[in-house]
Amino acid sequence: MKQYSNVIAAYSIMIILIILVGVFQSWSIALTILNYCLISAVMTMGANIQWGYAGLINFGIMGYTALGGLAVVLVSVAPVEEAWRLGGFNMMICIGIIVAMIYSIRYVLKKIDKSKKRNYLIASIIIIGLLLLRIISTPAIESIESVEPAKTGYLGGLGMPVLFSWIVGAFFAGGLAYVIGKIALGLRADYLAIATLLIAEIIVSIIKHEEWLARGVKNVIGLKRPAPYEIDLQTTPWFINLVEKFHSAKLELINSVTERQDALNQLVIDASSVYVKLCFAGMFLIVVIILLIITQKALYSPWGRKMRAIRDNEEAASAMGKNVVKEHLLIFVLGSAIVGIAGAMMVTNDGLFTPGSYRPMRYTFVIWVMVIVGGTGNNFGAILGGFVVWFLWVEAAPIALFFINLFTSHLPETNEVKIHLINSASYFRFLMVGIGLLIIMRYRPKGILPEKIIKQ
Amino acid sequence: MELTNAIILLLNYTILPALTYGSQLALGAIFVTLIYGILRFANFATGDMMSFGTMFAVLLTYYFQSIGISFGVLPTALLTIPFAIFMMIFYMLTIDKFVFSYYRVKKSPPVQLAMVSVGVMFVTQAIIRIIIGPFDRRFLDGEKFILKATEFKEMTGLSEGLTIKSTQVLTIFITIVVVSIMFWFLNKTKTGTSMRAYSDNEDLALLSGIDPKRVVLITWVIAGILATIGGILYGLDKSYRPFVYFNNMLPIFAAAIVGGIGNPFGAFLGGYVIAFAEIFLTYAYKKFFAYLLPEALEPNSMVQLLSTDYKFAISFSILVLVLLFRPSGIFEGKKI
Repeated sequence: MKQYSNVIAAYSIMIILIILVGVFQSWSIALTILNYCLISAVMTMGANIQWGYAGLINFGIMGYTALGGLAVVLVSVAPVEEAWRLGGFNMMICIGIIVAMIYSIRYVLKKIDKSKKRNYLIASIIIIGLLLLRIISTPAIESIESVEPAKTGYLGGLGMPVLFSWIVGAFFAGGLAYVIGKIALGLRADYLAIATLLIAEIIVSIIKHEEWLARGVKNVIGLKRPAPYEIDLQTTPWFINLVEKFHSAKLELINSVTERQDALNQLVIDASSVYVKLCFAGMFLIVVIILLIITQKALYSPWGRKMRAIRDNEEAASAMGKNVVKEHLLIFVLGSAIVGIAGAMMVTNDGLFTPGSYRPMRYTFVIWVMVIVGGTGNNFGAILGGFVVWFLWVEAAPIALFFINLFTSHLPETNEVKIHLINSASYFRFLMVGIGLLIIMRYRPKGILPEKIIKQ
Repeated sequence: MELTNAIILLLNYTILPALTYGSQLALGAIFVTLIYGILRFANFATGDMMSFGTMFAVLLTYYFQSIGISFGVLPTALLTIPFAIFMMIFYMLTIDKFVFSYYRVKKSPPVQLAMVSVGVMFVTQAIIRIIIGPFDRRFLDGEKFILKATEFKEMTGLSEGLTIKSTQVLTIFITIVVVSIMFWFLNKTKTGTSMRAYSDNEDLALLSGIDPKRVVLITWVIAGILATIGGILYGLDKSYRPFVYFNNMLPIFAAAIVGGIGNPFGAFLGGYVIAFAEIFLTYAYKKFFAYLLPEALEPNSMVQLLSTDYKFAISFSILVLVLLFRPSGIFEGKKI
């Protein structure tokens, strides 16, 4: 218990902060922050597995998050039959061509020795494949995108339960990580960072501009929810009764029947949004706890010790007969899959998929700040980092506004500097997060909750 | 005649813009590569540092305009370059003193320095947004065109017009001047040689009496000049928007790596490779073929290899290919 005392202390402070937001701002805001904290925690755990366990620097988190989000659309949305009828067949052929291309290139690589002839053969396979793809896909894409462009204009998904998409998101992200890992894992650390960052940009630009797939920048809205809708709750008798019981003391103070009814309606509306967010928070909490148990078990298993050995001294580990390349690839895939789950969770929580919002600042660098601040190599630290940094990121504007008002209180309301500062209060979040990162890196380079090695 | 028309068309829509964009990238890429070669880390604050210098140029341009100073037919922003460079170098040296030097003295691994530069990126972005805001700003004044399409048509009697923007000529001219001075400095002067020695082998350079503090100082000064000029030229040619500058970091990195990171001459060429690839692969060649081919063969489609949405994706794909097959860059020529 004693070794966890600082973990408990740090977590209690975080929970108290969120409760304070609930008391002073509103419970709805507090729960929104909590939900995003939990999602961030999952992302951070994924990045922490790669960086903390194995020392792999992955700046491609944005790409996996976006793929997780794409999974939600492809799994949960009902299929657009008209689009499938018009262009589905051609798109299936295209996928077939891509698979055939990959296999024929692999076949050539395996069967023919390294030579000019092989290079030409591969180049011609790629060029012929791309031409075929172009010829087959262009009319199909046009006809798919012309099916009610304002509402659909894409193939739609499979119409399955949305929770299933979280697993599919993990597989998508893991699959992409497998490909990237095969290509890029041999690179030096900073090259790997740049390469993954740029590959993630490619992924996002494909999702953004291939409108037949998931409407691209036109966004998909009204996604399915694993939780009840507010509108339905507000007409459900048991829910209204529950709210009435909960607030009975307050309601009895109101004498007039109509006024009481109005007050009750308002309370029901508020409570319904809180209830939905609580449902989400519960689901996210389950995911976080499951992942925490698994990662914690893994970290202190023989496999975790092997990973740390590889991280601390690659040459020595490989001299001891550990397959460094294979383990790196495995951990790269696992970490990315976890980020994929988080991406799917986030889109489920928002109920909409907006490819235009995936930007490296928010989905790569902030997540990395979370990993570094929380504590590399420590799962509790990763979760804490997700909480602390997200909390700062959201609450930075109110905090900055408070200080601006404090320091400029002697200035008149019309002072230009004051107005300018108040208008740019929301940009202080970059400043706070940046300075926070610099301070942690300098004075506590292992993070708030540093890695703990338990000797067996 | 048809052939000349086709060539003018290509010149107007691909070669000139690519040369301009390439020059802007090249300046940034040399900045990245110098920091990487001498200070030994990947600087993720590149785009924002360029943006920081440009911000002062924008603000000073507005100030100069308000008090009535102008540079005749040339943009006023050119007058502000020395001041902007001064502010930029001052900022870089401050950051270096309070942030980077600690890790350099401690000989931290490059990854840690890269993470620290992410912190610097956040702070710089915050300062920029607090001072000037996130909005799109244009600060080009003076003569916009050197040659207009209609004038060109009258002059030559061709049906295809050629437009030369003053910013295009300025960008290419200034880049050539700045880069040649820099290469002369690195290769011919004693300080430049000591920098190259420091970049090749730090310990040996220290043994032969090179002052590391001086090398670091000169590096930041050159970096400041390159970053500010590159940023201002980009802003004059397109427009100034902090978010776009942050994003430009990515093709700049691609250019630096394509040229072989740590190699300024490679970075210079890498900028043009990236720019030409982006523009040539996304240009719609329909009109070009319409000029060249007989009418019966004229293409119906746009003859565009990739849609312009994939502009960035192209440079990144080139980068991935280079990393895979020639991680040391495609120009294995002179190292600094």
